[in-house]
Amino acid sequence: MVPGQLLAEGRYRASGGTYSQDGRIYSSLVGLAELRGNTVKVVPLEGVYIPREGDLVIGTILVVAGNNWKVDIGGPYQASLHANNALRRPYHEDISRYMDMGDVIAAEVIAFDRNVGPFLSMKGRGLRKLTDGMILEVSPAKIPRIIGRRGSMISMIKSRLRIQTIVGQNGRIWIKAPDTPTLRLAVKAFRMIEEQAHTTKLTDRVGQMIDEELEKIRAAQSPASDVEAASEENEANEDNKEDMSE
Amino acid sequence: MSPETKPDFLISPEGLRIDGRRPDELRPIELEVGVLKTADGSAMIKQGKTHIIAAVYGPRELHPRHLTLNDKAYLRCVYRMATFSVPDRKRPAPSRREREISMVIANALEPALFLEDFPRTVVDVFIQVIQADGGTRCAAINAASLALADAGIPMRSLVPAVAVGKADGVLIVDLGDMEDKYGQGDVPMAILPSTGEITLLQQDGSFTKEELLEAMQMGMNACKYIHELQKDALKRAYLRRTPEKGADDEEYEDDLETDLGESALPGEDDE
Repeated sequence: MVPGQLLAEGRYRASGGTYSQDGRIYSSLVGLAELRGNTVKVVPLEGVYIPREGDLVIGTILVVAGNNWKVDIGGPYQASLHANNALRRPYHEDISRYMDMGDVIAAEVIAFDRNVGPFLSMKGRGLRKLTDGMILEVSPAKIPRIIGRRGSMISMIKSRLRIQTIVGQNGRIWIKAPDTPTLRLAVKAFRMIEEQAHTTKLTDRVGQMIDEELEKIRAAQSPASDVEAASEENEANEDNKEDMSE
Repeated sequence: MSPETKPDFLISPEGLRIDGRRPDELRPIELEVGVLKTADGSAMIKQGKTHIIAAVYGPRELHPRHLTLNDKAYLRCVYRMATFSVPDRKRPAPSRREREISMVIANALEPALFLEDFPRTVVDVFIQVIQADGGTRCAAINAASLALADAGIPMRSLVPAVAVGKADGVLIVDLGDMEDKYGQGDVPMAILPSTGEITLLQQDGSFTKEELLEAMQMGMNACKYIHELQKDALKRAYLRRTPEKGADDEEYEDDLETDLGESALPGEDDE
């Protein structure tokens, strides 16, 4: 779809990426059209991150201002996180003890509209300061594809690579992998999804790519000692179990 | 380069123009989307010898802050000509003409955009003229609207633009530099093709009422043709990024319907 292209006429409801004029619905973006029920929408191929309530985001703290943190979450809007929404009371007056400039956090958008900038909260499962692992930045428009239908893509990647990840809606992905080759492979997988986001059967192809690469990594490790590799795998397994129970 | 001299005629006895075009013929147009990696959206246009690159950044945080608009995004256009874009070196300082054209381009693009979706932000459009051979403001609008689409800025439609003019008493479309300088007039225009609304109309030189109406009609037709080229360029840019051959539009549209469905739901993405 290109902007201005006619999508539907008659009794359809316009949704994201479209506009209606004289009862006709047109596309307002470059993207792929989607019809579900009688709602028409266009899934964009490009774009910046515009916050929505309930989004999980990964941000960097820019400023500590009194009892607020100002957080860069990508996109045009700077978010703020109030200490009450992040810390358990009583907390120390100087909140930079808990989180300071440059710290990276996973948080949730609790409020955002046209007038007030996004507010974040860190009260929730898995919302915390990120102290290890790495952050990968991708185009926010590609995030739905990285997560996949009902999380199919991301859970496939997690289980095959045995890594921990948090995917922020703002296009930042936190990855913690047991070793560097796995980390590289995870980055490669995410980059592949980003580049080919508009193509078919992506989950299968990514899965295939990961399997092939995993074979190579194993082959590189095994000549030294098969036993060692196996025990490492076990350890990785245990790590994984731990964080599942967390 | 030898000093320019006024050509003896702009329309030959056979009714053709100095570069051999018919009066209603456009110069060859080449459009390419996504030419710059660092920009959020970009496009290149070659229209005859005119060569322009447009880059779009944003929506992003607006600095200086006092320019912020509380109900919509601020559209900031900057049109610049390279020092080497014209035969006599253009002085690098921004000229009055450049500032005027920047404003004119912003005004021509703004009605097409849904800027109200992004209050308190800025959309930056940078237009760099690499080589100028007439019709730069129209070519710049063509490229800038493609770059905006590439950046994912929501818009009513792409904005095609073309200049219509008069030389030796004949109305001609898409003026070259010579025709612009030595012709009798110039009417640059930009439209929204879906509704036929005019977003830019300037005039330079004198036209009778009938001539102007006819010129505008010629411009409309040329704009509609350019609009097709623009849509084509935009589609091409995304097809190029598709790895396998034979994956046509229809195929992955279907796929997304099923595959992308619920993915955007919150709460499914963490552990």
